[in-house]
Amino acid sequence: MAAQPEHAAIDYHAWPDARGRFGAYGGSYVAETLMAPLAELTAAYIAARGDAAFQAEFERDLRHYVGRPSPIYHAERLSNDVGGAQILFKREDLNHTGAHKINNTVGQALVARRMGKRRIIAETGAGQHGVATATVCARMGMECVVYMGETDIVRQAINVFRMKLLGATVVPVTSGSKTLKDALNEALRDWVTHVHDTFYIIGTVAGPHPYPMMVRDFSAVVGREARAQMLAEYGRLPDVITACVGGGSNAIGMFHAFLNDRAVRIVGAEAAGEGIATGHHAASLAAGRPGVLHGNRTYVLCDDDGQITETHSISAGLDYPGVGPEHAFLKDTGRAEYVGITDDEAMAAFHRLARSEGILAALESAHAVAQAIKLARELPRDALVLCNLSGRGDKDVQTIAAREGITL
Amino acid sequence: MNRIDQRFAQLKAAGRTGLIPFVTAGDPLPGATVPLLHALADAGADLIEIGVPFSDPMADGPVIQHANERALTRGVGLGQILGWVREFRRDDVRTPLVLMGYLNPIEIYGHARFAADAVAAGVDGVLLVDCPLEEDDTAQVIRAAGLRQIHLAAPTTAPERLDQLCRRAEGFLYYVSFAGITGALRLSTADIAQRVAAIRAASRAPVAVGFGVRDADSAVAIAGYADAVVIGSALVERIAGSADAAETCARARAFLAPIRDALNARAAA
Repeated sequence: MAAQPEHAAIDYHAWPDARGRFGAYGGSYVAETLMAPLAELTAAYIAARGDAAFQAEFERDLRHYVGRPSPIYHAERLSNDVGGAQILFKREDLNHTGAHKINNTVGQALVARRMGKRRIIAETGAGQHGVATATVCARMGMECVVYMGETDIVRQAINVFRMKLLGATVVPVTSGSKTLKDALNEALRDWVTHVHDTFYIIGTVAGPHPYPMMVRDFSAVVGREARAQMLAEYGRLPDVITACVGGGSNAIGMFHAFLNDRAVRIVGAEAAGEGIATGHHAASLAAGRPGVLHGNRTYVLCDDDGQITETHSISAGLDYPGVGPEHAFLKDTGRAEYVGITDDEAMAAFHRLARSEGILAALESAHAVAQAIKLARELPRDALVLCNLSGRGDKDVQTIAAREGITL
Repeated sequence: MNRIDQRFAQLKAAGRTGLIPFVTAGDPLPGATVPLLHALADAGADLIEIGVPFSDPMADGPVIQHANERALTRGVGLGQILGWVREFRRDDVRTPLVLMGYLNPIEIYGHARFAADAVAAGVDGVLLVDCPLEEDDTAQVIRAAGLRQIHLAAPTTAPERLDQLCRRAEGFLYYVSFAGITGALRLSTADIAQRVAAIRAASRAPVAVGFGVRDADSAVAIAGYADAVVIGSALVERIAGSADAAETCARARAFLAPIRDALNARAAA
């Protein structure tokens, strides 16, 4: 295992290394059959990244199709109600399709087209990534197959229907725990079987190299934009930034531009479910250990035999037993802190935000909102807490109604 | 001398094709594994691959996935599997055993501890499905302990990479006959003959071919150009649902013996 570098000496924008490692984490832990397509993808992506025409097209799509830039919104009523620091939201919920996920799928679809691949596959948990993938496939006239755990299909029926309306085929996954991790396994099996014509759009900063790097690069528009907006509108950087962490794409998207700003505190909110002590949670960084899952070395939730354990969160998008390797790196170097937010805390934050600001947050994002409220409470009134509001909550209304015993 | 190297040397001297059955440890019943290993050796297995169950077997098809799930439901873990290997070694010190599986169970067990315990139990090699050449340093301690690290080569493997694999091959090189998951029905023996011949010429170690071998006919077809044939999903499917260890062994013998006979007949011809 590679040695972990010292925090003070790190240029956080220099990672991963050529082998896709973030310190001791990341890498390409996949079967031999996938090594060639991964090498092909890495080469294609690196070429695209350095191509000004590709970047210009990506930025044009983000502007005219996604609706970027998304604003930073000062939640004054919520901040006054909490009575501490000022809470600011990066409004990724206002993007086309309602979440940050579209930033990544627009980018990967452009890479797929550049590589001449016409068939797209994806995995999805909450369905946001599936919808975002189906969306870009419809726009580009590509075939789209989305793998989704049977359990999640029930939890997220509206998103399943949205994907179908967009022309995608949704394949139910019945193996294992029938959730996101199993959907990822099934998508990898599809890819290994159809490597020649298929492009796999992974929806988070996990998986084998180059995915954690590529997905981060496409998602990092969030933090780049936010950093510039803070300087332009507030004349300074925020004191703290926070985001929810499942696989970790919206969080790394928000964090990345700020990683070398050592004065900015960075806090990730994981799903503590019913409480970390109960074992019913999805807090891989707070309660897991280093292992290997889905092609990368990272923190995983597993038992003493190394079997990946089933996770729990009220939010399907955070219900994942691994986490992106860059987050594992940031945890070990101490650059970022990762804390757990329970289902109850997320629900309370969801309601508080709805009533005070008129915003229905996605349940994933409600974890970040809960963390922002906690942070704000401990800080003076002139401090700034920037929270990534990664998605809107329309998709979750049925889950919330069911939890609260309400029949729609 | 490592049992794997010894066995392939014997096969070469006798002009025979090796037969390598794969079973998942603890499947269909935990109590069946040790008798099953003996039954496979009796029925003509030259080497046995033992699958270590994992919750997320991303390179496996439905048959092996279900075998993993059945074993995990009964709590089968690495410690128990090494115990079965020790028990098997009391009565069989010749048949080479290779543990095949995914990295995480070994990561959590600890690489050094695993290497020491596996050697002590009588394991001869490991095949880590999700540990390609690039991540080989992960398995350094396993090789240093004397275990052979079996590598996979695939139809998608690029030529320069294949050269590297051939140079570093030890024990045997496992050629995956098609790009896909275990147990699929896509074997086209004509397509792969040429490729395997080239790999055999370049490889430091013998070449076994697997994925898609289901019966005596497909095994014999592959025997024409490989040092050994691996049969996994078809065997696992055959023994699934056995009521007890005796039935598991009877089904395994009935499955493997005709394949052994066919391979022997081909060698004699």
